[in-house]
Amino acid sequence: MSAQVSSPEITFQPEHNGSTKKIWRTFWVLSFLTIIELAIGLIIYNMHKGAAPNHTLVLGFKGMVCILTLAKAYYIVSVFMHLGDEVRNLIMTIVVPLCLFIWFIAAFLWDGNSWKTLRNRYNGAPAPIEKVAPAAVEKGAKK
Amino acid sequence: MSTVAVQQGTKWWSGGRSPFNASYGKVMMWYFLMSDAFTFGAFLISYGTIRFSVNDWADPNMVFNAFPFAGHANLPLAFVSLMTFILIASSVTMVLAVHEGHNMNRKGVEKYMLWTIVGGIAFLSCQAWEWTHLLTGEHIAMLGDGTLSVLPTTVKSNPFGTPLEHEAMIAALQNTPKEQLASIAATIHVAGETHNVAAMSNAELIKFIEASGIHVNNAGPIAFGGYFFGITGFHGFHVLSGVVINIIMYIKTKLQHFDQRGHYEMIEKAGLYWHFVDLVWVFVFLCFYLI
Repeated sequence: MSAQVSSPEITFQPEHNGSTKKIWRTFWVLSFLTIIELAIGLIIYNMHKGAAPNHTLVLGFKGMVCILTLAKAYYIVSVFMHLGDEVRNLIMTIVVPLCLFIWFIAAFLWDGNSWKTLRNRYNGAPAPIEKVAPAAVEKGAKK
Repeated sequence: MSTVAVQQGTKWWSGGRSPFNASYGKVMMWYFLMSDAFTFGAFLISYGTIRFSVNDWADPNMVFNAFPFAGHANLPLAFVSLMTFILIASSVTMVLAVHEGHNMNRKGVEKYMLWTIVGGIAFLSCQAWEWTHLLTGEHIAMLGDGTLSVLPTTVKSNPFGTPLEHEAMIAALQNTPKEQLASIAATIHVAGETHNVAAMSNAELIKFIEASGIHVNNAGPIAFGGYFFGITGFHGFHVLSGVVINIIMYIKTKLQHFDQRGHYEMIEKAGLYWHFVDLVWVFVFLCFYLI
C-alpha cells in the first residue's frame, strides 16, 4: 500500500524505493566523518601540548575539519532531508540564497581580524595625532 | 513507473502546476529552515568575528574536558562526541520514521518516532549536565585587577585565558584579599589531609596555595560565555521544541490521524525540522568544540 498524493501541488510523487540501505549507508558515512573530525581534534590538542605548534599546520588541520563538516552537511540535507529527491527548482530556491554565506563569512572574519590588528597597534599607546601642515597663505591673496 | 520521463518532459513554468512539485506546507517549512539557517549563521559568524578580534580565546580542550562520573579526569572531546552521536542516531531514527510513513506502516512510524524522542531527550540531558558543570565549575584565574579569584564559566566570567607564569602567580597571591585566598584554598583538596581554611592566616593561606602546585590562567575574554551559552542555548531550545513537535506527531500517529488523511506528510515536515536541528549541531560542534 502506497501513500496517496498529499496535495494538488504535487505533479508526480518522488519515487521512494523500498529499502533503507541508503539511509544506513549515510549513517555510516556521517559516523566515519565524525570520527575523522574527532581524530583531527585530538591531533590539534596534542600539538598544543608541547612547544608552540606550527601555525600553518594547525590552520591546515582546522581547514580540513571545516571541509569535513561541509561534507556532513551535504549528506544530511541531501539524503536525510530528501532535498536530493526534490525537483531542481526547489533545490535551487534553497541552495542559491545560502551562497550569501560565502560573502557573509569572509567579510566578517576579515573585519574581526582588522579589529585585532588595530587594537594591537594602538593598545596602551596614546591615540596618534594627525599632523596636518597649515595651508600656506599666499601673500597678497584677496580676501 | 516512468517518473524520470515525466519529470523531464514536464513544463514546470507554463502554469497549472506548482513548479516546486511540493505541497505548500513543505515548501514553507523549507523557507522557514532557510531563514533559521541565516539566524544561526549570523550568530556563529558574530562569534567568529569576536574570536578573530582578540589575541587569545578559550581553548576548547581545556573548557570541555569533563565527563559525567569521571571526576577530574582530563577527557577532551569525549562528552561532546557522545552528544554528537546521540543526535546523529536520532536523525537516523527520524528518517526511518519518514520512510515507514511512505510505506503507510503506522506501527513502524510509532516505533521510530519514539526512538527519536528518546534521542532528543538524551541530548537535552547531556546539555543540561554540561551547562551545570560549566556554571558551577571552580577555576582559579587572575582578574584584571591583579588578584586571584575562583571563577565559574558564565556570561560574565571566563577563567580560561592564557596560562599565568609561576612568578606572576606568586605576585598575584600577595595582592589577593583574604576572602579570595580562603575561597581559593577551599577548592584545593589534599588527599588524607583536612585543613581549616577559616582559621588560617593570610601568610598560611598563601603558603598552602603555593605548595599545592595549582595552575592558574589569566581571565579570558568575557564574550566566550555569552556566545557559548547563547548559541548552544538557542540550539537547545530548537531541540526542545523539536522534541515537543515529535511528541505531538507521535500522538497524532497513535490516534491514526495520518491513516485517515491517507498520507504521512506531517511526519516528513517534522522530520525536516529535526534534521535541521542536527545540521545546526554539526556547525556548533565545529565552531565551539573542534576549532
